[in-house]
This record gives sequence, structure tokens and C-alpha cells, in this order.
Amino acid sequence: MAVEASSVPAPAQAKDQGAARHPWLRVLSTAARTPRGAVGLALASLIVLVAIIGPFVSPGSPDALATVTFVKPSGQFPLGSDFLGRDVLSRVLNGGWELLLMAAAATAFGIIVGTAAGVSAAYRRGRADGFIMRTVDVILAFPQLVFALLLVSILGPRLWLIVIAVGLSHAPQVARVTRSATLDVTERDFVKVAELQGMRSSKVMIREILPNLISPLMVEAGLRLTYSIVIMAGLSFLGFGQQPPAANWGLMINENRIGLQLNPWAVIVPAALIALLTIGTNTFTDAVARVTLGVDRLPEEAVLTDDLGLGRTT
Amino acid sequence: MTTDSAPADASRSRPAQASDAVRLEVKDLEVRIGASGPDVVSDIGFVVPAGQVLGLVGESGSGKTTVALALLGHARRGLHISSGEVRLDGVDLLKLSRADLRAARGARVAYVPQDPAAALNPTLKVGTQLKEALRVHPAAVDDSQDRVLEVMREARLDATPEMFRRYPHQLSGGQQQRVGLAMAFCCRPSLIVLDEPTTGLDVTTQRHILDTIRSLCRSYGVAAVYVSHDLAVVGGLVAEVAVMYGGRIVEIGPTAKVFGEPVHPYTRGLLAAVPSPGRAEVLAGIEGHPPRPGRRGRGCSFAPRCDFVISDCWSEPPPPVLIDSREVRCIRAAQVRSAVTDRPSPQSGPAADGSTPALALRAISAHYGRTLALSDVELQVPPERCVALVGESGSGKTTLARCIVGLHSNWTGDITFQGERLAPRLRDRPREVLRRIQYVFQNPYTSLNPRKTIGQIVAQPLEELLGLPFRERSERAAQALEDVSLGSDFLSRYPDQLSGGERQRVAIARALVVEPDLLICDEVTSALDVSVQAVIVEELRRLQRERHLAMLFITHNLALVRSIAQHAVVLRDGAVVESGPVEQVLEHPAHEYTARLMADVPRL
Repeated sequence: MAVEASSVPAPAQAKDQGAARHPWLRVLSTAARTPRGAVGLALASLIVLVAIIGPFVSPGSPDALATVTFVKPSGQFPLGSDFLGRDVLSRVLNGGWELLLMAAAATAFGIIVGTAAGVSAAYRRGRADGFIMRTVDVILAFPQLVFALLLVSILGPRLWLIVIAVGLSHAPQVARVTRSATLDVTERDFVKVAELQGMRSSKVMIREILPNLISPLMVEAGLRLTYSIVIMAGLSFLGFGQQPPAANWGLMINENRIGLQLNPWAVIVPAALIALLTIGTNTFTDAVARVTLGVDRLPEEAVLTDDLGLGRTT
Repeated sequence: MTTDSAPADASRSRPAQASDAVRLEVKDLEVRIGASGPDVVSDIGFVVPAGQVLGLVGESGSGKTTVALALLGHARRGLHISSGEVRLDGVDLLKLSRADLRAARGARVAYVPQDPAAALNPTLKVGTQLKEALRVHPAAVDDSQDRVLEVMREARLDATPEMFRRYPHQLSGGQQQRVGLAMAFCCRPSLIVLDEPTTGLDVTTQRHILDTIRSLCRSYGVAAVYVSHDLAVVGGLVAEVAVMYGGRIVEIGPTAKVFGEPVHPYTRGLLAAVPSPGRAEVLAGIEGHPPRPGRRGRGCSFAPRCDFVISDCWSEPPPPVLIDSREVRCIRAAQVRSAVTDRPSPQSGPAADGSTPALALRAISAHYGRTLALSDVELQVPPERCVALVGESGSGKTTLARCIVGLHSNWTGDITFQGERLAPRLRDRPREVLRRIQYVFQNPYTSLNPRKTIGQIVAQPLEELLGLPFRERSERAAQALEDVSLGSDFLSRYPDQLSGGERQRVAIARALVVEPDLLICDEVTSALDVSVQAVIVEELRRLQRERHLAMLFITHNLALVRSIAQHAVVLRDGAVVESGPVEQVLEHPAHEYTARLMADVPRL
């Protein structure tokens, strides 16, 4: 197998041997090396790390009634206690991973649905395009949070439902972005080459067009992830997300805001974690966008592509 | 013929004519990547007297545009003019302050860009744009309104209010470029830099624009630098020419000498690659590819592709040598000069005429919406023969090709391929037909999926059209690459690691891997450099003969037709104006249009 890999052209093999120069990895690593990207990535990774390893290093149980309500920070409870007298630090360390997981799942769902809709609208054109894009317009007429709230309030606050609702609320924007990117790619000759080979249109979309949408999709995914986190936290805050007594950063802000004067840390810490996470993902996404647009390309690359006359057609 | 080779003095290269005042003098110009990175161009030096045009020729990546921009004191993003002088009437532009340089640009130094459609602001009227330049430099000329009218007349534009009110998109390509010229000349600059101003224009328009440029330069007494990849265009326009390769000027001297008896091996190669409309000959391309900008080796940058290379060539960059009134960067100049090259005529394959044509088009009319793109086109491609379809842009030649392959289905008439009628729509055609007709697209930069390896790209039609198993696909893909002179190490590369010529070979390999009977080549060399074009054309000619292919070769380049085709069909405004054997059509054109096209083709 390994011997064949160098001479055999197959999607699977090519992925292995070309992993180092796979286009999206290259974009991500270039983005991470820009100052903007490095800061964003560091910030986001830090919070993600807190959320992931938090449950393992948590000093106590997040649900145990350890002391009286709204105790100020002390040696035993570094961040004080919440409205029921539970340890805030333990709850903060336990309350992130579910939020992150749901946000990531909702983003993935939204990207998949939106991309499928956008690509087929742009490639098939005609009636399919009209139908898909008008549906998108209708959904876009609702504010995103309201749309998610609407779905959840009709169908009840179940976690998988929240993921789907938030994901669906992303799909229209994703569809718009992928549609315009697809229109651009479809004009290129290699798509016509595939058609001339009699390739089925679903295969053309998946094998020829989709790989060329990676750059805009990466930017879109980052942006949508940021929104997902905010919306998830917002839904929890409004009481539609995870239900008490679960530890959740959004829920914590809501539960503890009555004791803001007594122990502000019970609100500030989860709020700050959500804020830093979204700032981090957003900054990194911005860096990725700048790389894919060519603003932050390394100078040598800019010179080379210009001088080789790329994209210059007669 | 004595070889008076002697090391030339670096600063004063050639004896300039004493009568002409030197307007532009460039010395030791060097542009680097970043502040201290590798150089992209270096040791650039030349002199342009008033009223003269210097031609700066080179292929893509040679650094000619970088030099052109440096003459305006500008470097593209990431580049940096690290040393040298650009003296205009004695003043070094590179030493000016930002404000002074800005004042000089437009007023004393003007630039005419390559693509006028992109250079003109589409939201401003022509008149506004012309006046803009004068408004920015009020001191340059006294009376703006009269001046605009005057310069428009000189650029051979109608100096009418209607023209003033038009938007750029309402003008033809030639008129747009005339507006560009008028804008450049209106402040009476001392130096004009023209960056391929006629690329993309039809030959007739090109000839008229060149006439205008010539007369404007003469009457204004400006020093002009004309950047181009088209040797024939430059040959007819300029008195002195500089040939660039790998960021250096490899040969500079009077045009008649440089193009008539080239000394540098690269210049010789380049000239041998230029097709001639006058006679059929085998084109000799230059194998290999130029060094990437900023990644030049230690010695002569042409050494890897040079036939005359000796070990000394690799050790250090060759110093300029003065030989026969021109300056050449080649240590073997004397030997190269005495070597002779001959250009044999191509042998056409055995005549197979008389049998049923591989492809026959009868009364084809095609529409785009309500616009008639083709009307009553008749065309035949005999088996094992190459038919050239010639026409200017907009003549409908690509539409015709698309009708044949099935990408455009809105047509009426009959297309018969090997005795079978072809359905207009792609999806109504059986796979076997799709396999037997293959199409090579014009632009190899968009016809290869950038996310696939070359191996995947070439193997793809075998999977789609023949349904071959994986192992066989990969064997045949490797063989197909071999056939177009690409090694199997290309299989795992991606398109962006390939040069334009290599990409086009991959596209040809992809078409030939399924063993078609008819190959349609749509302007396959127009996005390529001339040395690469020659290689591709020779490759196609060889393959056509070896594989007994019928070929439809679509081009706007009349000179190329001679080298590859046996029959020619001339298309104009969607109708065939003339067809017949190549010699007859090109040498004794029956139609006035063909005759004019032939007359307008620039020749070396």
C-alpha cells in the first residue's frame, strides 16, 4: 500500500501523501502564524482547554451544596458560592464542555445543511435555485435568536432539538455564502470538463466544486461557531437550554445575577469566559479570512503568483 | 564578421547617438523581495533618447513588469527597489520625496496599463476621466478643455461631446486603449511606460494602436518603454530592444541586430519559437522553464535550458559583453553567434482526403438568447487532418466548438460525427460519443481542478467514460503523461506546482488518455508564452500524426495556422468567409477580410 501510494492516483492515497500541503491545513497554519491569528487561536484554545480539562481538575462537585448562598471568594472557595451555596469554581470548570459541544454540533449541522442548499441552488440554477433561495429569504426575515427560540418553544427544550434549531438558524446565511462562491467556481472550465466526461451532477458538486469552497467555508464555520456559542449561552440564559441543576455558563449568569452585589464573580467569570471564547474564535476567523483573501499572504507568495501571470487571461 | 567581443563598461553601455538628447537613463536597477530578500531583477541598465521607444521583451516571470513599474518609482506589494538610478532628464526619480514623486507621476512619467477595460473607472464618463489627469496636474498644461480635445484627436478618438459622455463599457477595446493613451499623453510627460497595451486586441486594432503610439511618441519627443511578450509587435515598433530573462537583461541593442542576428542563446530560442505567417516551419520551443522570480541559481540563469552550456556557465552570472553593437550576457557569445540553426518545414501526414469526413457541420446556426452567434456555418474535418478555425474575438469560434462538444445546445442544423448525427444536448449523447470527441480548453489555469492531483485529473475520464478499474486507470494515466513528455513524478503534484505549459500538457494528456478520434483545441496556446507555445504546438502535431487524430484547431493567431494545420476556415461575425487548404487561404486569400487579417499580422 505504501509503495503504491507514490504512483497511484486515488483520492484516499492522495490525501495521505498530501496531508502536509492539504489546502485547508495550509491556510490554517498560515493564519496561525499571523499575529492576529496567533492571538485569536491562543485565546480560543485556552478557553476550550478550560472547558475540556475542567471536569477533571474541578476541586469539588458542581452540584454539592457546600456552603451558604453568595459567599465571597475565600481560600476554600476561590470564586465564592452561588445562589444555592454551590462552589462557583467547580461549576465554572464543569459548565463549559456541554456548551462548547452543542455549539460545535449546531455549527456543523448548519454548515452541512446550508452548504448542501447553497451549492445545489447555484449549480442547478433555474427553479431549484429560486425555490431554495426564496426559502432562505423567508428564514432570514426572522432574527436568528428569535428563530431558534421559536423552534424550541414549539417543540420543547430538548438538547438535540436546540442543536438542530440553532443549526437551522445558521443554514440560510451559509447557503447564501456558498451559493455565491459556487457560482464563481462553476464558471471555471474544470467543471465543464467534468460535465463533458458525462459526470453526474451530484458527483460534480461533491468532487469538483466542494473542494474549492474550503476557504470560504472555513471562514463561515468560524463565524458561525462564534454565533452558536452566543446563541447557546443566550438560550441557556433565557431558560431554554440545559435545565437546572446542570452547570452551564449561560445558565449561571442568569441564576446568579440576583446576587451580583454579594458575589459578582459568580456572574463575571462565566460571562468573561464566553466573551473571551467568542473574541478568540472571531479573531482567528478574521485571520483565516484575511489569508484566504490574500491580504495577509506572505510577500513572496504574492510576488510569485503575480509574476507568473496567474489568473491573467486574454 | 570579426567578433569584437570585449567587456563593456557597465555604466555607459552603448555609444548613444550624439544628436539625440538622453531623456531616460536607468542604471544598475535592482528590485528585491522584502528589504533584504533575494533579488527579482538586477543589473538593469539602459538609455532611451527623446522620441525613441525601447522595447522590453521577456516571457512571464522574466521581471519585465517589475522593471516597468520601477521606472515609475513603484514596487508591487512585497517588493522593494533596493538600489539603482532612474534618471529622467537628469533627475533621479528614485531619490524624490513621496510628494515630489506623486507630482511627477502622471505629469512627467505616465503609465499605460495592459488591460484598458480594468484600468478605466467604469462609473466615470470618458470626458471626466480625461480631465481628471489635468486637474491633478494643473501646472502641466495651460488650457485644460482645449488640451483634452487636442490629445483626443492625437490619439485618434472622436473629439465630440458624445465621446465625452460615454462610459468605458460603451467603447470598443481599441477605443478604450486610445482613451488610456490620451490620458497618458495629455500632460505632455517626458517618459511613458507602456505595459503590453495591445495584448487582447485584435490584430487590426492592434496595428492601428501601434501606429498611434509610434506617431505620438515621435511628435511628443517622449522617451517610451514598451513592455511586451510579443516579439513581432515589438520588432515593428521599436528601434532598440532589451530581452529579459530571469530578472536580467540578457541582450540589448538595435532591434534589427537583436532580432535579425540574435546572439544570446535565449534570444535565439525565443525567435525560433515565433511562428511565421509567411511560411510553414517546425517551431522550436525552449524546453524546461524559467527560474521562478527571486529563485535564481548562482550562475547564468539560462544555463539549465541552454544548448551551449559549459561548466563555467554555472559558476557566476555572466558579465555583459559588447558584441556587434549590442550588449550580451553570455560567456559563449562568440561561439553561439557562429553556430547555425536551420528550421525545417513540417511534413504533413499522408493525405486521407476523399474519404468521409470525421466531422461535418451543415447549416449550423446558434443563438445566445436572442442574439445570433453563428449563422449557416459549414465545416468539415477530414480524418487524420488538422483544420484550423481562424477568427478574431467575437467571431463565434468558441461558440462553434461548444456546439460540437455539447456545451452549447441552442443551435439548429446538422453535426455529423463519423456518420452519426450528434444530439444538441450533452446528456442526450452516449458516453461513447463523449469519449471519441475530446476538447482542450483555452486556459490551463482554470481547466484543471486545483484541489486534485495531476494523477487524479488525468485518470478521471478513464473512470467516467470507460469505467476502468483503479489499477488500469493509474497505469494509463502515467502512460498518458509520458506521451506528453511529463514524467510520472507529476502524478502526485497539484496544478499550482506546474507552469502554464505543463498544465496545458496535462490538459492534453487528459483529452488523449481516452483515445479519442477527434480533438478540439480551443486557443490552447493563447495563455502561454511563445517558447512554450512552440513546444505545445509541436507536441500536438506529433500526437496528431502518431494517433491519426482528426483535429480542429481554433485560434486567432494566423501565424500559428501555418505551422499546424492543413486546412483553414476563416470565421467572421458568426459566418464562414473563406475555407480551403492553408497555403491557398493564407497566400492567395479570396476574401478581402482574410487578406486584411494577413496584412495586419505583425511580422518579425
